[in-house]
Formats: sequence, C-alpha cells, structure tokens
Amino acid sequence: MGSRVEILNEGGFRSDGRRQFELRDMTIDLSQRGIADGSALITHGLTQVLVSVFGPREAKMRSQTIHDRANINVEVSVAAFSTGERRKRSRGDKRILEIASTIKSTFEPVVQTNLYPRSQIDVFVQVLQQDGGVLQACINGTTLALINSGIPMLDFVCAVTGGVHSTSPMLDLTLLEENDIPNVTVAMMPKTGKIALVTMETRLHVDRFKEIFRLVSDAGKVIHGEMKSAVLSRSTSLVTAMGSGPRTRGGDLEERDVDDQMNNY
Amino acid sequence: MVEITIRKRPRTEAVVTQHKFLKKTARGKVIKVLRERYLRDDVACGIQGCPVCDMPAEDVLPVAGDKEHPMFPNGHFILPDTNVFLSQMDLIESSLFTPPIILLQTVIEEVRHRSLPLYNRLKALTKMDDKRVWVFYNEYRSETAIVREEDETPNDRNDRGIRSATSWYSAHITLAHPPVRGRVSEKVPTIVLLTEDAANREKAERSGISAISVRNYVNKMKNATQLLDLLSATGTNELEPTRASSGGRAALYSDYLSTSTLLAGIKSGILHQGHFNANQYNYLEGSVSVAAFDKSVLLVGRENMNRAVDGDVVVVEIFDEKEWRASTNEVVDQDATLKNDDAEASGDDGEELDTNSLVDEESKLVRNGAKTVGTERQPTGRIVGIIKRNWRAYVCHIDSTSLSTATSTSLALQTVFATPVSRLLPRIRLRTRQAPILLGQKILVTIDRWDAHSRYPEGHFVRALGKAETKEAEQESLLLEFDVPYRPFGKAILDCLPKEGDQWVVPLKQDVSKEWRDREDLRELIICSIDPPNCQDIDDALHARQLPNGNIEAGVHIADVSHFVLPDNPMDSEAASRGTTVYLVDKRIDMLPSLLGTNLCSLRPFVERLAFSAIWEMTPTAEIVNVRFTKSVIASKAAFTYAEAQTRKDDPNLNDPLTQSIRLLNTLALKLKEKRMAAGALNLASPEVKIHLDSSESSEPIDVEQKELHETNSLVEEFMLLANISVARKIQDTFPQTAVLRRHLPPPKANFEKLQDILQKRKGMTLDVSSSGTLAASLDKCVDPAEPAFNTLVRIMATRCMLSAEYFCSGSVGRETFGHYGLASPIYTHFTSPIRRYADVLAHRQLAASIGYTPLHATLHSKSHVERILDVVNRRHRMAQMAGRASVEFYVGLALKGRGEREKKDGQGHVRESAFVIRTFRNGLGVFVSKLGIEGLVMFKRDTQFDPDNYTITVPGAGGDVHIAVFDKIVVDIEVEKDKNTQRGKINMTLVEPVDSRAL
Ligand SMILES: [Zn+2]
Repeated sequence: MGSRVEILNEGGFRSDGRRQFELRDMTIDLSQRGIADGSALITHGLTQVLVSVFGPREAKMRSQTIHDRANINVEVSVAAFSTGERRKRSRGDKRILEIASTIKSTFEPVVQTNLYPRSQIDVFVQVLQQDGGVLQACINGTTLALINSGIPMLDFVCAVTGGVHSTSPMLDLTLLEENDIPNVTVAMMPKTGKIALVTMETRLHVDRFKEIFRLVSDAGKVIHGEMKSAVLSRSTSLVTAMGSGPRTRGGDLEERDVDDQMNNY
Repeated sequence: MVEITIRKRPRTEAVVTQHKFLKKTARGKVIKVLRERYLRDDVACGIQGCPVCDMPAEDVLPVAGDKEHPMFPNGHFILPDTNVFLSQMDLIESSLFTPPIILLQTVIEEVRHRSLPLYNRLKALTKMDDKRVWVFYNEYRSETAIVREEDETPNDRNDRGIRSATSWYSAHITLAHPPVRGRVSEKVPTIVLLTEDAANREKAERSGISAISVRNYVNKMKNATQLLDLLSATGTNELEPTRASSGGRAALYSDYLSTSTLLAGIKSGILHQGHFNANQYNYLEGSVSVAAFDKSVLLVGRENMNRAVDGDVVVVEIFDEKEWRASTNEVVDQDATLKNDDAEASGDDGEELDTNSLVDEESKLVRNGAKTVGTERQPTGRIVGIIKRNWRAYVCHIDSTSLSTATSTSLALQTVFATPVSRLLPRIRLRTRQAPILLGQKILVTIDRWDAHSRYPEGHFVRALGKAETKEAEQESLLLEFDVPYRPFGKAILDCLPKEGDQWVVPLKQDVSKEWRDREDLRELIICSIDPPNCQDIDDALHARQLPNGNIEAGVHIADVSHFVLPDNPMDSEAASRGTTVYLVDKRIDMLPSLLGTNLCSLRPFVERLAFSAIWEMTPTAEIVNVRFTKSVIASKAAFTYAEAQTRKDDPNLNDPLTQSIRLLNTLALKLKEKRMAAGALNLASPEVKIHLDSSESSEPIDVEQKELHETNSLVEEFMLLANISVARKIQDTFPQTAVLRRHLPPPKANFEKLQDILQKRKGMTLDVSSSGTLAASLDKCVDPAEPAFNTLVRIMATRCMLSAEYFCSGSVGRETFGHYGLASPIYTHFTSPIRRYADVLAHRQLAASIGYTPLHATLHSKSHVERILDVVNRRHRMAQMAGRASVEFYVGLALKGRGEREKKDGQGHVRESAFVIRTFRNGLGVFVSKLGIEGLVMFKRDTQFDPDNYTITVPGAGGDVHIAVFDKIVVDIEVEKDKNTQRGKINMTLVEPVDSRAL
C-alpha cells in the first residue's frame, strides 16, 4: 500500500490541502431553471447536486393525498457519470430510495405543510457529481430549493458530515476520506439549534461521537451563513429586476427579513 | 471552540486545483477519479524569525543556515531531491551530516511511493533530535504547486516541482534578511538543490538555482573521509563513467522485464508473484511460494535466481513441465565454492571466466537434478522481474582474501567482499578506503544495486560494530540483524515515569487517593508468584482458597502496567514500537523503562503493588462458576522459583496456607490441563536449552543443559492460559470491532506431507493431521521405546510444519478464524505479561474499559489504528524470537569451544555427542543434537549412494556398506571453527558412528 494517500499528515493537512476544520469550497446557484417553482444548484467541493421543487400543487394521486397537510414527495436520481465507476442506478435502487426517504423525513417537520392541505410538493434531487458528502449536499440543496420556491419553512436545514481519523475529528469529508474513516452526517436548524437528522453508517465510539457531533453542529452554523447570503442576494436581484421595492437599499436588506418572510408566507 | 471556516477556492485556480482522470483498475474496469486541492498561503517556510510565516516556536531552521561548508560562505540550506533519499539515506542519517534540510512534500510522497522502509526511515529522520529538518508542504502552497503538463512524465513533473520550490525558497529567504539602508546588506544564505541527476542540475542552474551532486557536496565537507564511505554505490556512476557504460560487456544475468509486462503476465496467469526464499544449505538454489502451486517454485542456479536476494518480492516464469526438477538435496557452500573469485575483477574484465563458471555450476546441477525422478519434482522456473526489493542493512565480515593490500595504514580505495553473517545472502561487493581497519570486525553493510553484468550485488559500508566474537559486537550485530530497537530510553520517555521514582509506593488507603479508586483491597489474600530463577520482572501472581460452599476461588493477579503507561504519551509510543522485551542470553532489552519493569510493576513479595486481577469461582472439578475482573492492590507473600514451589508442594510436613494454596492451584491446573488436552490441544516442543553463565561479567558460558520442567511450570501455564481465554472473551464481547486477540491458524495439510512420508517410511508411523486433536493423539503414539528423545524430536519437527501464532484485531478477520489451533481454544489473547509484551498492555486497557474502570482511549476504538499497532507487534515478536534463538546459538558455540579446549587438554580432543539424523543430502546429513539443542551438518567429501525416496544414504564402512537414514541415531564430534577468511564462526560436525566420516 505504498502509494496510499495519507488522510491527515503530520503537518496537519488533509489529502486535499485543507486543515481539519476547514470546509470545502461551496457554491450556490439559485437562478430559474425550466419550469420549476424553485431550484438550487449546490456544490461542496466536487460534489454537485441540483434540486428542483414543484408545488405546492394539487396531488396527482388520490392515494397520496393527506387531508390536513401537504404531502412531500422526494425523488432522487443519481447520474450515471457522477461516480467513479460508471453505473446506471435505477429508481428502485435501495440506496437511492434510502436517501429520498431520509430527505423526506428530514423536511416533513420543517416545511409548514399544514398550510396546504390535500396538496403535494415535489422535490427532485439530481446528483450530478460525487466526491463525498452527497447526503449533505442533497439536504442543503433541498433547503435552498424550497426557500427559492417560496414554500414556508420553520427554519433552514443545514447539513455537514464529520469524521474521526484516529483521534482527530475532521469536517466535510471527501469521498476518499469517507471511505476510510468513520463518519456521521448531521442536519441542524440554526435558529433553534435543533437537530433534524443524524445518520451514521459506520461504527463510532460514543465518546468520539459527542465530540464530533458538537463540531458538526457548529459547522452547520457556518454553512447556514453561506446559504443565507446566497438567498439574500437572490432575493435582492429579484427585487431589483422587478423594479419595485427598496432599490436603493440593495444588499442592505436585513437578514432577519428573509427568515421572517418564510414564517409569514 | 475551534474555528470552522469555509476554504474558498477562486474560479481562476481551477486548472491547478481540480484534477479529473481516468484510471484502469486491476480488474480492468475504468474508473473516474476526482480530486481537488486547496492552495493556501499559510504553509510555513520553517526559517526562524521569518516575518511572514506563522510557525511554531521550536523545531525551525536557523535563520543564517549552515556556514560550515566552504562552498557556501554565506550559509546554506540543502534541499535534496527524491533520489538522494532513495539512494543515500545512510549518509543523511549519519550524525556527521549536519546541514539544515528542507524536505519537500513532493519528495516525501515520492519516497513513500517507491519504498516504504525508506519512507519510515525518512519519517524517523524528521523527528531526530540532532537533525534540523523542515517539512515544506509545497503542493499546498499556492506559489509552489504545479500541474503536470501534457507531455511531461510524472518524474519530470516532480523534478520541476522541486525546482520551483527551490526558487521560491531562494526568493522567500530574502524576506528574513531584509536589506538595511546605510549598512552593507546582510549575507543571504543559499538554498542548495542536492540532486544526482545531471539534467536536472543543468535545468536548475539555467533558472538560477544552485545545484550540486551529493558526491561533490560531501567531498568539500569537513568529515569527507568518513562520509564518503557512506555514499552508496549508485553514486559512483558519474565518478567513473567508463565503468558504467556497458560498452561490450556481456551481461551475466538476463534483464528484468518491464513492470507493465510483469503485471500483465501476472494477471493473465503466465507469470507468478511471490517472496524469494534462499536455500540455507545450497546457495545455488532458491524457491518462491506462489499461490498457483501447492509446492513452491524451485529456482536452480544463480542465472535463474537472477539477482534476487532473500525476502525480495519477485516474479517467476515457470518452465515446461518436462523441465521440472527436484531439489538437489546437496549442500553447496558459497564460501568454499567461490573462494577464488576476485572482488576487483568479477563482473569487470573477467566476464568470460564468470559466464563459464555460471555455466559450470548450472550443468552440474542439471546433471544432479535430472537423476531424481517421480514424486519429488516440483515446479521449476526463473525470475523475470522484481516487484519489490526488501533490502536492509546486513551484518557482515570482510573477506580477508579479497583485499589487495592489508597494510593497516593503507587508505587506498579497494573493492572487497563482505560476507553476510546470514547464510541466506550472497556476498556483497563494496568499495572502501578503510578495508584493512575493518578486517576482523563485524560491520554493517547495505546493498545498493545489482546490475545484470555484475556477479555480486554492490553495497556500501554503514558502520563498524566492533571486533568479531567480542560480546559487544556479537550482541549489537544480533540486535541489528533482527531489527531490535535497543537505544536507551530518551528523556521524553523517562519523563512519563512517576515523579517519585523508586520511592513510589501504593498510597495509604483513603478516599481521596486516585490509586485506590474502584480498586479492591486484596492485600490480605495469600498470594504468591512462581517464576524461573532470578526473574526480575514478575508480572503474574496467583492465589487459591477454599470457599464455604465447597467451591474454590482462584485468582490470577497481573501487574497493573496500564496504570503507569498511559495511552498516547511518549513512553506508550516507544513501548508500542518496541512491541516486546527481547531476551538474549546475557542481556534483556526492555520494552518499558526498568523502573517499571523490574520495580514498580514487578509483583515482588512483601510490598504492596497495583494489580489487575481475574478471579474465578470453580467447582472442585475445575468447572468455572463465574469469573470477575477487578483492579486491585495486592501484597504477595512469597516469590518462588518453579523448583521451590515444587518442593514445597511435595513436602508432606508443610501445611501452611501458602502451601495449601499451591496444592489447590495444582489440583485445579491438572484438571484444566486434562480438559484442554481432551479438547485437542497440542503438546508442542522446541529445542530448549539453558546456558549457564559463570558470572554476569564474563561471557564464558560454563555449560549447556536442557531446561528442566516441573509440575509447577504447568501449574502457572494453565492459569495463565485460563486468564488469557477469560479476558479474550470479555473484551471481544465488549469491543467486537477492535478487541486485541491472538490466534493460531490451522496449518495447511501440505506442510506435513514430507514429515508424514518420512515417518511412514522410516518408522511405520502415521500422523493424522485432520485436526489438532487427531494430531495430538497421533503425536502421542510416535514413541520409540528405545529412544525417549525420539518423541520430542518428532514434536519439534511437527512444530516446524505449523504456522506461527499472531495478534489480530477482532473486527478485521472473520469470526470463524479466531481460533487458536495449538491451544484448541476458540478465542485467545495475551493478558498476563504486560511488562514485556505490548499486546497485553492493550488488552489491559480494553479490559479496564469493559469493566467500566476507565473509558477506552480513542485509539483503541479505531480498527485501523489497532491493526497498525498489531502489525508492528507481530513483526517485533517474530524478530525477538529469532534474536533470542540466535543468541542461544552463539553461546552454545562458545560453550562448545570451551568444552572442546578442555577436552583437548584431557587428551580427548573432541566434543562427542549422540544425535538424530533429520535430513539426508546427496553429500551430507542434517543432524540434530538434542542435548545441546543445535542443528548441524555432516558433510562428505564425495558423493554417496543416495536414495531420496527412502531418505537413506549408503556409505562404505569397515565391514561393508552402511545405511544411514532419517531418524537414525548417530554419534558426532562437534567442533567450532572459524572461517579463516571471514572469521565467521561455524559449527563443524564429523560422523563417528556408525562410520567415521573423515575418510569419506
Ligand atoms: Zn517564511
């Protein structure tokens, strides 16, 4: 194994040049895409996910109609070219269904579905490129797409993965790191500090878990900041484009407004 | 709270930072690999007082560089490229080589890619106290990171990266030496690129970097004479270009195939990969075990072995089946056969002669091999390539005949032969100016290369160990040969010991004292220890007492080493890397500082000591009712030797609690042993002898005798096994992923074939190897009433057919492979000797965590971490065993020599012993002298009548032909003689009965 890559070298650098607590570069594109009511293209490093939201609209199937709230329907597709090994995954793939159901259950309590009885919100998640932290990207993308489509939510949902190499915790893992060390994905809600999701597929000792859990929750706040400013600049540009509103204030639109807006929709 | 940030990556950098490529896997699939890289400006340069970089206060490079070198009066730093580390590590490691070194990440990664042993040495180098090395992560610094260009080889890319980092340093260093207005500007030190590659040097100089070859650099150094010897032979290329240019010189060996051809061949099954094993009896034969064949692949002749050295990972090509041969069953000694080779000439001018003699050997072997037919034949082939060299430093003697001048004042550069102590290795050619001084000394030599036109490998001298046969030189060479770390413990390690030193005592029992937290007070128990005589590191003690309910309470108390050795401190890391204490006849190399081993952790009598206790409740028939584990404080009541305990037990007049306790333990032990044997445990044997030393100072052994075994040996053994098994169950239950366990895999049936055949043919005995139980039973039946030692011999030979036991991490292997074959236990670990074995320390930590005494340290939750540690411990264990055995052999040799001289005085002249034949050769016998525990060879000058199928040779005797076969008992004269040329000690045996072999 002479050529194996070191996860964390003695200089404190990870294999991609980051230090332990540095998150990967993150880009968010909230521009209009096709006929979707809201969409978000998000990247964490080389992982790229496109989420499109349709709705709320009338439920297509009777069986899926819920009389007192909206049904969130999540469909995930993984592009064949997104992984190292070119492979077509069918929609019925267990792994994909699992991601979809995780997203659904994460957002059900956060989206104010009770405002839209008997309707349906469709979330289409497309994984375009994978380099670790796919679930994290899917959740963050979904949050942004939902906000972008104007669906009222209680809070942002911000997800980050974390892992432990020997005794050193690290954040936002690449695929290489994910394959090598025990890791956990946590989605948190920054306003309340509540945790929307914790998922872990590897073994991690409970003491280690505590440490990494705290860290990942803190990292969620950093991600939140990034997501918020993306939403803000999108709103600003929309407002500007429509030629109404406080044109002069531009980027000064207070942060609080976006959050409030969501609650009062 | 730590600072969490997002590492932003500017779009413009994408070319440098994103990397997509397609890769073909071993299975032929194409995989897309995505990598990205974050470039940064906070990678520190390591130069003291640099105004722009943020660095730790210590371990930095001096701001003025090194001003000792006459070529660089302004001071300098050296920046070696990859090849310098690959070929000149001995030079760089030398304590005489002191310039500050800038080590690039590119270089480290390349070294790691090329050779793991060198990589590990490189890592150790960066941590050495007397070296000034700064690791610069050039691939992550925005100014020095580069991308491979389209038509660039990876090598060229790295070279360019190294040059670009050198220029960056040259510019950067001026920041630490700002020009001051009005004063003569300060001298700025030079960054010197050290490289052997002339083209690279040229390119460097064109871009204004100062570059120099290693040899030229060292030549001008103060200590040039000593340092030049450390240069490896690869460096001589450019000194004598005519030599290297192979103009018209015939190659003695065929060239290796290219790596891609090799890999393709292995994949398609035409070629096979395996470890090369040299034959210790015959230097012209070797073998390679490959997965495709049951029997290992035979290589005959040096041409077919094609420059492989024992331990190398090689690729072999198999000949047509009709060319397959049997091993020649012949003893061919390299020293005797090749004594006339000339070190200067071989492979140079005398190639004609060389090729001829290769052919000679070859033809002789062909003739011999062709004679044998039938079952014995095994796959035969030749080596076509090397996957990985496993060269290390070898302990050697200089061959005096290879010197052209032996005048001790001569400093002429000579090419000489170094003969390795190990018989598995070829002679090594080396060039030195110190040859006359090194004669008669043990020296350390490494192999640098072995070219196709050179008959012998070429190497260089590393250092002298001292005069051969002196205690110190032999000891050190033994430690080096088996890679035993033997340096004294450093300050950082000793700082981890309790401050009180040997004044440390168990504090008074109070609630506040942390030693007493959750510890049971077992000071009143009648506990004693039973060990070999003069045992200083007592790590176990025992007790047993009758319980009111008719059951018996038995306890094993182990020194609480993990109380003193805390995870992840310098002492712990050192112990982990030592792995085990190494016992030589006259020296013990401790795993832990002796304050712990022989004092604070040693369960001496009459003092209070911390212990980790396993306490069972057992029925009188030794059924376990329950077991519990607890940390405790004990006060042993006595420290017995095995013999003392035995006498005490057997003395009917004694009836004190201590004696009763020993008797109780003994009864239980007998029943435990019975159960173990019934379950199919093996009673194995290895030649065990004891060396009597006159006094600790003198190295003259008085006598050798076989170890005596008492009933009490078995008593202690049974309870240690029980403790280990109970602990193994407990930690495996609690930590199924990372429990530290020990297993012994069942041996492959094929290993026994030869022994079975010999037993069948010579003794009419059968060995049933279908399970450990049947093997144990059939071993019990291998008895020759006339020869009590015969059974032991068979056991020794059977033991050699087995695999060795190993430590493993429970989560890393399948549950069904946990078993310990020899002990017939489904699970096992080592718990009972934490003073001298590191695996036991880990087991202690896991047991402590599993009873809730302490939380488990994070490292022991990590499977990869446990695996890594156990790999090291396993290796150290093997090496320690071999070192111990070699040490016994050395002393047996000394004892024999002493005895021989005494007997010569008495007119006898020889040491005469009876021995068993264990192997037959065409021209000799392999014999085992059980009384001395040594193996030797009886050689005949001419060929005998040899029947390999019946393991018999026939020699002419006084009254007609005499047959000698394996397992026959013979009498031999044993003599220790030194090889006249190399001073290598050698045991010589001559046959006395049934025939006198001196005539043969
Ligand atoms: Zn600097």
